[in-house]
Order: sequence, then structure tokens, then C-alpha cells
Amino acid sequence: MSFYKEFTKGLWNELPPFRLLLGLCPVLAITKTAQNGLGMGLAVLFVLVLSNMIVSLVRGIIPKKVRIACFIIIAATLVVAVELLMQAYAYPLYQQLGIFVPLIVVNCIILGRAEAFAAKNPVNLAIADGLGMGIGFTLSLTFLGSVREILGAGSIFGVKLFGESFEPFTMMVEAPGAFICLGVILAFMNHLSKIQNRKRGLIIGDKLGQGCTVCGGCTACSRGKASA
Amino acid sequence: MGIFELFISAIFVNNIVLAQNLGNCPYIGCSKEKGVALGMGGAVIFVIVLATIFTWLAQKYILVPLNVVYLQTLIFILIIASLVQFVEMFLKKAVPPLYSALGIFLPLITTNCAVMGATLVVQREQYDLLTGSLYACASGVGFLLALLLMAGIRERLETLRVPKAMAGTPISLVMAGIMALAFMAFKGMV
Repeated sequence: MSFYKEFTKGLWNELPPFRLLLGLCPVLAITKTAQNGLGMGLAVLFVLVLSNMIVSLVRGIIPKKVRIACFIIIAATLVVAVELLMQAYAYPLYQQLGIFVPLIVVNCIILGRAEAFAAKNPVNLAIADGLGMGIGFTLSLTFLGSVREILGAGSIFGVKLFGESFEPFTMMVEAPGAFICLGVILAFMNHLSKIQNRKRGLIIGDKLGQGCTVCGGCTACSRGKASA
Repeated sequence: MGIFELFISAIFVNNIVLAQNLGNCPYIGCSKEKGVALGMGGAVIFVIVLATIFTWLAQKYILVPLNVVYLQTLIFILIIASLVQFVEMFLKKAVPPLYSALGIFLPLITTNCAVMGATLVVQREQYDLLTGSLYACASGVGFLLALLLMAGIRERLETLRVPKAMAGTPISLVMAGIMALAFMAFKGMV
């Protein structure tokens, strides 16, 4: 049951790029096409599951003071493995993603999950968390990549969708399109959670839809003052 | 390409945040006030230049002679992490005012992908040491510029009415997009 719970939270409630806003750089930079998004997502999924597993296994051994350095080394080792695997089996994708493959090391989602979850939980839960977060990340990247590819190139996974007369909206596959696209998706998700919360009868208003628990700015907030 | 052109292109045309999408987390996270943005930008310029010099030396005199270039990622992140730690300790002892000014931003830089990204770009483009460190410095300045502009806009945004769903990060991202669009206009310059 708890395995299932840890797994599913990464798919919607704590969907990494859209809810937690972690690991934004690859999200913005490589989602020019749906295929790139999928490839990057899978690479992150691989690293995330294994790093969560290893961190959880060694969490009793590592002294607290040097834990961040250890997490980084674990992640970096796994990223080197991914790099070599991609060079061997998916070289065109490796070239497309460029420096963003080694940059998975500094993707905050890896370190964030290691620190916030894997270092405090048993192995099976850590794997569930990694799987859920990784799959959520992959789906988000593929989705963002699809939106940008459809608008910017008129195709999805390289398959042309429209006829000759389609004028591609080139801006969407450049850097500005990434920012605007992500911003609009975030706004849309905020709106959805607001509607959801209203249906469930929860307090409306805070941007993540998680009530007062995550904010802590009660002194400045009228709702916090009212409840306090 | 001359050094001057490289400098200008790294700041404006290939701006590390707005054109290459690197270092976005601090760009969104640390751009609420101008003072904070200035501190973060300053710390990044400082670390990015040092990191580029050290990783360049490591690549040339350790990784290539020993034929272990595939360990690049691992070695680079270790260098950056220990460098940040060392710089933090050094500043604490030697230049306390600067240390307290940079404060919490120093440790955060380890996982700023702009730093690692710049060191990797320098390797991929095979710049020499001088060009590489100039490129890194210019990237840092570009980061600072983007961060400052964003902070300036966000300070004004505080007093404006924004649609509820757009408030906070979404509107910042859309603004970043428009800013990136403006920076695209520099493309014809170099």
C-alpha cells in the first residue's frame, strides 16, 4: 500500500518539473522535440531509481556531515554509466542532448530526492519514489516536448501532422518558447488544482493547492491570521 | 573569433540563461530582490571562472594523459564541489565582508548547472585556457545580467494584479520567455 502511495505521488501531486519545480534546466532546454524529451526522461529515470536505491542502502553507513558529497558521487557514477550506455546504443540521441547528459549530475531532482526521501526511507519505498518521480518526469518532458514540437515544427515524434500549408511557429522550438510553454502549463495546472480543491471543499487560494502547510508565511497572510 | 566578439556573444547572443537554458533554478528562485540577485550573480561569476580554470587544467594534465576522458563528468563535479567548499572556507577566513555578502549562495552554486555547463562547453569547443576563462567570465556576467533584469521586473510585479493561476512562478516563466525573445534579437549582432 505504501509502495503504491509513494509511487503515485510522483505522477500528479508532486509531479517533479511542474509541481516541485526541480530540474528545470533539462526541462526547458531539451524539450525541442517529443523524442528528445522521452530520451532525457528515461535517462533521468534510470539514474534516479538507482541513486535512490543506493542512497537508501548506504544511508546507515554515511556520516551526516559528508552525505551531500557522497550523494553527488553516487549520482555522478551513475551518470557516467548512462553516458557510456547512450554512446554505445543511442548515439544520435546522445549527440542531440549534448552537454545535458553529463548535466544530469547537477539536476536538482536527483539530489533532491536523495536528500529528502531516500536518505530517510527503506529501500523498497526509495525505489517506489524513484520510479514514480522518474516516470512523472519522463511523462512531463514528453508532454512538453510534444506541445513544442507540434507548435514549432508541425510534427510529433518526427511524424508530420499537418499538410504543406502549415507555417511552423518557430519560436516554440527556441529558448523563449520553452519558458512561455512551461509558464502556461504551470498556470493551467494551478487552475486545475484550484478547481479540484474547490470540489473537495478545501481552502482555496494558495498556488500549490496544498493549503497552509507548505507556506509558513502566516504572519503576512490574512488566511493564516484568521486560522491562527 | 576575436576575444571581444566571444565576450559579447557569451553575454548577449548565447546568454547562458536565456539562450542556453542553463542555471534556471537560481534564475527563478533567486530573482525576487535585486540585492539577492546581485549576490548570487557575483558568486557565480567568481566560481565559474575558477571552476573553468581548474577543470581545464585537470582535463589537460590528468584526464587526457591517463586516457580516462570518460570520467570527465565525475571529476568535474568533484572539482566544482570541492572548489566551492574551499572558496567558502577561504573567504570566511580571508575576506569576511565578501563572505557575508555571498552568504548562503556559495553552497548552492555546486548544483548550479550554469557552472558545470560552462566548463563542459569550454571542453567541447576546445578553447585554450585564456579564451576559456574569458568565456566563463562572460557567461557569468550574462547570468548576472539576466538575473538582475528579472529581479527588477519582479519587484515591480509585486504591486500589480496578476491572474490567480498565473501568480508566482508561471508569470515569471512567461516573462523570462519574453525576455529571451528580446535577447534573440541580438543574434544578428556577432
